Amino acid sequence: MSEDFNPGENYKESLQLIGYIPRDEARQEVYTNLGFKCGLEIHQQLKTAKKLFCRCPAGLYQDGDDFDAELIRHMRPTLSELGEYDGTALMEFRTRKNIIYRIKDESACTYDIDDTPPFPINREALDITIEVALLLKANIVGELHITRKQYLDGSIPTGFQRTAIVGIEGDIPLSNKKVRMIQISIEEDSCREVSDKGHFRTYTTDRLGIPLMEMVTYPDMKTPDEAAEAGQYLRFLARSTGKMRTGIGAGREDVNVSITGGERVEIKGVAHIKWIPELTHNEAFRQKALLEIKRIISKRVNNPNQWKINSIQLNQNNIASGSGTYREARNRKSNLIAVNLPQFEGILSFFTQPGKMFATELSDRLKVIACLERPNMTHSEAFLADDEIDPLGNEEWKNVKKLLHAKEGDAQIVFWAPDDDIKTALETIEERCLLAFEGVPNETRKSFPDGTTIFERVLPGADRMYPDTDSAPISIDDDQIEKIRENLPDPVDSRLASLRKWRVPEDTYHYLLKRNLVWIIQKIVDDFKVSPKFIGTLFGHDLRHIETRIVPAAQFSYYTIYGLFKFLDNRKLDIAIAREILPELYAHPKMVFDSVLTTIGYKKHSRNDILSNVPALRKKFAEIRTSSESRAEIDWIMGNLRKIAIGNIPLSELSTSIGEEINRD
Amino acid sequence: MTDMFKGYRGEALAALKKFNVRVWSDARIKTTRGDFNGIILPRSETDDDKHIVLKLITGYNVGITISTITDMDECGYKEAHYKIPEKEFPFSEDKPNVKLFGTGGTIASRLDYRTGAVIPAFSPGELYGAVPELADICNLTTEKLFAVFSENMGPQQYLTLARNIGKEIENGIDGIIVGHGTDTMHHTAAALSYMIQDPPVPIVLVGSQRSSDRPSSDAALNLMHAAKAAAESDIAEVQVCMFGPTSDKYGLLHRGTRVRKMHSSYRSTFRTIGDRPLAMIDRETIKPIRQDYNRRRKDRKATVLPYFEERVALVYYYPNMHPDIIDSLVDNGYRGIIIAGTGLGHVNKPVYPAIERAAKAGVAMYMTVQTLWGYVHMFVYDTGRDLMSLGLIPTENMLPEVAYIKLGWALGQTDDINEVRKLMLTPIAGDITEREPYDGYLIFQGGVPEIREFIKTIYK
Repeated sequence: MSEDFNPGENYKESLQLIGYIPRDEARQEVYTNLGFKCGLEIHQQLKTAKKLFCRCPAGLYQDGDDFDAELIRHMRPTLSELGEYDGTALMEFRTRKNIIYRIKDESACTYDIDDTPPFPINREALDITIEVALLLKANIVGELHITRKQYLDGSIPTGFQRTAIVGIEGDIPLSNKKVRMIQISIEEDSCREVSDKGHFRTYTTDRLGIPLMEMVTYPDMKTPDEAAEAGQYLRFLARSTGKMRTGIGAGREDVNVSITGGERVEIKGVAHIKWIPELTHNEAFRQKALLEIKRIISKRVNNPNQWKINSIQLNQNNIASGSGTYREARNRKSNLIAVNLPQFEGILSFFTQPGKMFATELSDRLKVIACLERPNMTHSEAFLADDEIDPLGNEEWKNVKKLLHAKEGDAQIVFWAPDDDIKTALETIEERCLLAFEGVPNETRKSFPDGTTIFERVLPGADRMYPDTDSAPISIDDDQIEKIRENLPDPVDSRLASLRKWRVPEDTYHYLLKRNLVWIIQKIVDDFKVSPKFIGTLFGHDLRHIETRIVPAAQFSYYTIYGLFKFLDNRKLDIAIAREILPELYAHPKMVFDSVLTTIGYKKHSRNDILSNVPALRKKFAEIRTSSESRAEIDWIMGNLRKIAIGNIPLSELSTSIGEEINRD
Repeated sequence: MTDMFKGYRGEALAALKKFNVRVWSDARIKTTRGDFNGIILPRSETDDDKHIVLKLITGYNVGITISTITDMDECGYKEAHYKIPEKEFPFSEDKPNVKLFGTGGTIASRLDYRTGAVIPAFSPGELYGAVPELADICNLTTEKLFAVFSENMGPQQYLTLARNIGKEIENGIDGIIVGHGTDTMHHTAAALSYMIQDPPVPIVLVGSQRSSDRPSSDAALNLMHAAKAAAESDIAEVQVCMFGPTSDKYGLLHRGTRVRKMHSSYRSTFRTIGDRPLAMIDRETIKPIRQDYNRRRKDRKATVLPYFEERVALVYYYPNMHPDIIDSLVDNGYRGIIIAGTGLGHVNKPVYPAIERAAKAGVAMYMTVQTLWGYVHMFVYDTGRDLMSLGLIPTENMLPEVAYIKLGWALGQTDDINEVRKLMLTPIAGDITEREPYDGYLIFQGGVPEIREFIKTIYK
C-alpha cells in the first residue's frame, strides 16, 4: 500500500467519481444518463388444491426442523450444447454441495424427491394461467410443451424445473406507457432453503411443486419507479382472477437490471414490490461502479491475460498468534492464506453498493463458490466497521506484503479456508478479479431488505432448456380458450377507470386492487343500484380500517358484503346502515344479518315517526342554542335523530326534511 | 425429402409443404392467436399431426396449432448437428483394465437440447467427457454389442454377452462392466451367473433409474461404483451394482441370482431377496457384507456355458386359473414351465389334470413362490404333496425369474429330464441357499411409529 493511501477517503472519492446519489434525491435524468433498463419476472403461486405434477396438497408448509425423513443428493452438470459445461453448471459443481432434502409426509411424495416420473399436469393450474395470459393479451400457444430448466443449486431435486410457455407477447398499460410482455409460463415451485453452511445446503420440499406462474416483461422500464408500477400492475392483474395464493412467499419477483455498457443482472426472489425501486437504483450504481473499476484497472494493466495472483500460506511466525484473524482461522481449523492482487490498490475499497465495496464481491463469491462461511477474509483496504472482523495491524500487513513480494500499488487479501477449499478459493478470487477487467459480470443476485444485493450465481443461458421426455405435449384448443375468455375479469386498467369515474377516493385504489374487491363493488352497484362512491369508500376506507383493528371470529369472505347489500335491498333498508353493520359483521362473519341488526340496536321507524320528534328537539335546541345559524340547528337535530333514522331513511333526505320544517317557520 | 420435414405427417406435413418451410428453419408464423417466431423442430412421430413444434429464442418449445396458421415463412435455416465431445481416455500403467460392454441402455448420455433426443455417450472418450472420474479408477475400453432396450434383451443377447465376456477374461481383463437397462437387468444377471461360472474377475451389471441427462441422475455415481467394483473388488461374481438408498450415499453389490427390481421408478429399486447383498460400495471403499463369495484369482479360467432353450414359460398363478393355460403351453411345444405359486407353492385343484398332462408330455415343471421371500414347502399341506406327485418339482428359495432363466439354460444343454432336474436343484452361484438369515426379509412397514423414528435418523 502506498504510504499516503487512505481506504476510507478512497471509498468516498469513488462515490463521487461515479456520481452516486441516494434514490430520494435521484430524478429521471439520473436514470436516463445511466441508461437504466429494467425488466420483471413476476412469480405467483396459483391457488389450486394440489401440486402441479403430483397429487400432493398444495400450500401446506412446515418448519424447517419438522420433517419425517431426510435424503442427500448431489447435482452433476450435464453437458451443454458445445460439449462444455455452462458457467452456472460449472460453478455449482465446483461448490461440491451436499444437498439435503427434508420431506414431510403431508406435503411430499416420491415425485417430489425425483423417484417417480411426473403425473399429468394439473389442469386447474393450466386454466388459471391461460386466464392470466388472456388478461395480458398474450398469444396463446397451440400446444403446451413441458420443458426442463436446469437448476444445479439443488432447489429442485430433479436438477431441473418443469416449466412450459402458455402465451407469448402481450402488454400492460402503465400511467405513461405500455410495457410489453415476453411470455407467461406455468411451472413448479422450488424447495425452500432452510440453511446453507459450508458444504451442506438443506431444503424442505413443502413448497416444491406448487403451481407457479411466471409473467415476464421486456426491459421496458426506464426508472425504478416504473419498475415498481409495472410490478404492482401485474400483481393486481393476477389477483383480479381471484385464483392466486396469497401470503408470505406466494408472490416473488425477479428483477433484471442493466445500464449502458453494463450487463443484465438478475436480482432474484424479491419478496416485496416496494423493495424494487431501491434495489434497482443500487444495482444501477453498482454496475456504474464496476464500469469505472474496469476503466481504472484497464489503464493500469496492459495485458489482463497475464494478470495473476500469487499466494502463500501464513502461520504463527507470520501473524501474531494473538491476532483475531489468526484465532478465527485456528478456531475453524482452517489455513490462513495471503493473496497478492497486483495493481489493485484502491479497487478493493472502491464503492459498489451502500456500505459495500469491491472486496465484498470477492467475499460473496468465496462464500458461494468456495463454501467459506463468513467472515471469510480481510484485506489491505478494510476500513468499514462492519466489513470484516479484526483486520490485521499495519506491521502484520507489512510482513504479509514482504512474504508475497508485493509491489507498490498492489492490494492484498487474507482469507481462511480448510485444506480442500483453498484451490477453489484462489481460483474464485482470481476469476472475479479478472472479471473486473471486463466490467459487469452476468450474475443472479439475492436481495436484502436494505436494498443491497449479494452474489448468488452466474447467470445461466438459454442453453439450459431441455424438452421434458417424461411428458407428452398438451393441446390447447380454441374451445378451451373461449370458455375461459367468457369468464374473464375486467382488465385492471378498466377497473382503475371505473374507480375514477365513480369518484372513489384515490387512496383506496391500491387496497381495492390488491384485495381484488372492484368486481364485488361493481356487482353491488349493478344489482342494487346504489352509489358506487359510497360502496367504494365503504370497502376502501371502512373495511380497510376495520381489518387493521378487528380480528374476526372466523374467516371473513369479502363476498359477504354483497350478501349484506342484498339483505338491505330486500328489507328496503337505507344503505347508510352498512357502515354501522360492517364492524360487527366482520367480527362475527357467521352471524345472520338479522342478529347483527339487533346487536347494533337497529329498530324500524317510519319516516313520520322519526320526523315527529323534530318539534320537541327544536324546542330543546332553542333553549341551548349558541349559534343562530339554521345549519347548526339542523346538524344538532340530525345528531339526535341519526341513531333511529339510520337504515330507515337516507340521512340526506332526513336533513332536507328537517330543513324544510325549520324553514316553514 | 423426408428429412426436410422430420417426424411430421398428415395435416402438419401438408402445412409445412404448403408454405414451403423446412424443419430447422427460422420461421415467422402468423396465426389467429398472434405471431410466433422461432426454429421449427422435428416432431416426435408418436405425437399428433395437428401441431408443429417451435423453439423460441428463450429456449422454450411451444406447439402451434396447424388450423390457426394463416401464414408462415422461412427467414433462416439452422440445422443442428450434435455429437458428444470426445476426450481421449487417459491410460496409466498402474490402473486395472476394465472392459465395458454396452447392450443398448444409456449409461451416460446427453440430451439433444433441440429435439429432446437422448444421444448416448458410449466410447471411452465420450464417457470420459461425461464422467471424468472414471479415469481415476481404471483404464476403460468399451464395446457396443447390441442396441436394444432392456425389455428386448433375450436369449440371443445372453449368449453373445457370455461368449464375449469369456473371451475378455481369457485375454486377461481385470474386470467387466455390463451397461444394461434396469427393467430386465436381473434376468440378464441370472443368465450370466449360469453361463459364466466361477469367473476369476468381477462381472458387474449397472444401469440407471434416472437418465443421465439430468443433474440428479444416479447414472454417473452408479458407473463410478461399477468401475470401482470391476477394477478393485475381490468379489469375482456376476453382480448388479445399483443405489443402496435413494440418497447419494452408497451402492450395493447384489449377487446376480438373488437380485430383483422392486420398484418401478425408485433409485434404490434393486434388492437382494431372501439374503444379504455382497457388499456396500462408495467412491472410497468396498465393504463386503458377507465372506462366502467367489474370490478374485490370477488365472484366466472361467467356465462358459452358453446354452438356452427358448420354449420355457413363467406362469404367475392366480385364483381361478384354468387348466387351459397350462394345456396351451404344452400344445405349443413348450419344454419347461416355472410356476410362481401362492403361499408355500400352491395352485388350485382344477389345474392338476393339466399339470399331469404336461408331465406326461415330458415338460419340466418347477414350483417357485410369488411371495418372493421364503422357501417352497410343498410337504406342509396335502395339496403340495399331490402336486409333487403329479411331477411339479419345488425349487427351494429360487426366485421365479431366476428359476425361469435356469430352466432355459438347463434345457438348452440337455433333453434328459433327470439331468435337467439335477441342474435345477444343484445350487449355482447362490441361487438356492440353505439358510435364510434373520434379516434376509426386511420390508419396513411405513407408518409404524418405531419405523418412522428410525427413518428420521438415516438418509433415506
